[in-house]
Amino acid sequence: MLPAATDYYRLLPEILAAVFGTIVMLLEPFLRREHKAALSWLGMLGAAAALGAAVLVRSDAGPAFFHLIQADPFTFFLRLLIYATALLVMLAARAYLDRENLPHGEFYALVLLGSVGMGVMAAAAELVTVFIGLEISSLSTYILASYRREALRANESALKYFLLGSFATAFFLFGVALVYGATGTARLEQVAEGVASVLLLKLGLALVFIGLAFKVASAPFHVWTPDVYEGAPAPVTALLSTAPKAAAFAVLLRIAGTVLPATLLWFWVLWGSAALTMFVGNLAALVQSNVKRMLAYSSIAHAGYILVALAAGTEAAYAAALYYLAAYALMKLGAFTLVAHLAGRGERRLTLEDYAGLARREPVVAATLSLYLLSLLGLPLTAGFLGKFYVFVAGLRAELLGLVVLAAVNTLLGAYYYLRVILYMYFREPDPTYEHAAREPVPAGTGLVLAATAAGTLLLGIFPGHLMRIAELAAASFR
Amino acid sequence: MTEGHLQTYVPLLIHMLVAMGLAGALLLASRWVGPRRPSRAKLQAYECGIPPLGDAREPFAVKFYLVAIAFILFDAETMFLFPWAYAFRDLGWFGFGAIGIFILFLAAGDIYLWKKGVFDWNR
Repeated sequence: MLPAATDYYRLLPEILAAVFGTIVMLLEPFLRREHKAALSWLGMLGAAAALGAAVLVRSDAGPAFFHLIQADPFTFFLRLLIYATALLVMLAARAYLDRENLPHGEFYALVLLGSVGMGVMAAAAELVTVFIGLEISSLSTYILASYRREALRANESALKYFLLGSFATAFFLFGVALVYGATGTARLEQVAEGVASVLLLKLGLALVFIGLAFKVASAPFHVWTPDVYEGAPAPVTALLSTAPKAAAFAVLLRIAGTVLPATLLWFWVLWGSAALTMFVGNLAALVQSNVKRMLAYSSIAHAGYILVALAAGTEAAYAAALYYLAAYALMKLGAFTLVAHLAGRGERRLTLEDYAGLARREPVVAATLSLYLLSLLGLPLTAGFLGKFYVFVAGLRAELLGLVVLAAVNTLLGAYYYLRVILYMYFREPDPTYEHAAREPVPAGTGLVLAATAAGTLLLGIFPGHLMRIAELAAASFR
Repeated sequence: MTEGHLQTYVPLLIHMLVAMGLAGALLLASRWVGPRRPSRAKLQAYECGIPPLGDAREPFAVKFYLVAIAFILFDAETMFLFPWAYAFRDLGWFGFGAIGIFILFLAAGDIYLWKKGVFDWNR
């Protein structure tokens, strides 16, 4: 029994990304110093090729490699999200790497190879395959987190990320082993069928949940997040807070959608984790004076909102979760990219004070950042609002009144710290003794990313129909 | 496999607990009961030990770590080569192609390391 051509075809996006990533890595040492930045084109070409392949494969849904891989509308949605994120991160990173005097080639290679792992996670229909994807994605992101080797903060960030991440992976793997022991299979579709030991299965699923909860940074497994997001280079933070999180949510969604025992067992776990995550993220964000750290806590809070949809557990809720993931990725990518630009050389300008009076100095930049923040807050006409709206409606339909009320309370809590940044930018004068950075124009790549994410945030907020239809189709693949 | 399957491990668990409890109890007992009168001669290294020189926690050159990582690369390669060699006849040309691609990827990593000067020991 050998894999057929269709098997490779259904894994084409990941294969292309892996090949391009390897080529970028191979070319890097052969190029002269001044030519290395050009590798960003090759890296982006790789991500674009993977995106194209994802669209191509869409029409030919089905299992591949003996049901280890499942290329269905759900996989399609996440592949779009992951590879588009990788593309935007690479586009914005070039100017950043130049400014910080960091090596170019390895960055693009690692982003591509990491997205291979995330793509595998999104496509995996079997737990060991999920694990392989998780490892590929984690190993790349560990290195990316330590990319500013000279900076102390970056080293702290990378070490914490590596240790806690490996710990989480071990939890996940042990869970997989127990699930296999209890059922004799790691294929998600079959897990519910031949259960020999309910106790082992429950234990295994609980450990699997813990491993994934680490990766999506949901409370009480979130402690690593603020330090890692703050210490990592800002473009890497943009990547970390979006694509790997989406991939881990993809696994959670696929397990919750296909493995009935997990759906039942996880309900209160998801409920509790959602409530706790929202409160921990929002309450801690209230007291932050460092904008990057504040955004890190905000991304914890957002994981909580998505968990509300998972707790609801209906098809509409899964569609809402997917929509939320896409909207969230757009605004977080934009916000972190802007923070990376405004922080200046060495990422020194990160506090609220640095944002005082920004609207007068750079009105367009301030307006763009305000748009992301308002979307993160969930103001109407932005993607963030509709994401929350769909999640809340799905929660109410599933009779989760309590949890939805908690989520609404949290949205109000969030208003304080998002609006505070806007307040600083528009109504606060900087300290007269404050030394301004020389005004730097927004680099072309960064500008493109900002334009794309800002336009996306508005478009998804006003015309959600098209993406929502894709998300609904994706959520229907578990039926 | 049934629910009672786990029960076969109970003797093992008891054995483990007894072993750990006994070891712990003996250590504690010797600590409480035994007299301790350390002297210079007693605290010295004896038999095959040698007197320690300096601190063990000295920084190593990064090149050692790089070589260690390269070692893992080839370690993993052999890990996959053995099962392939074992099933060589059954897998045929497909297996040959698959392992070839795998080795190509590893070779790419090797070339990268080489060009970066990891194997240049005098650096």
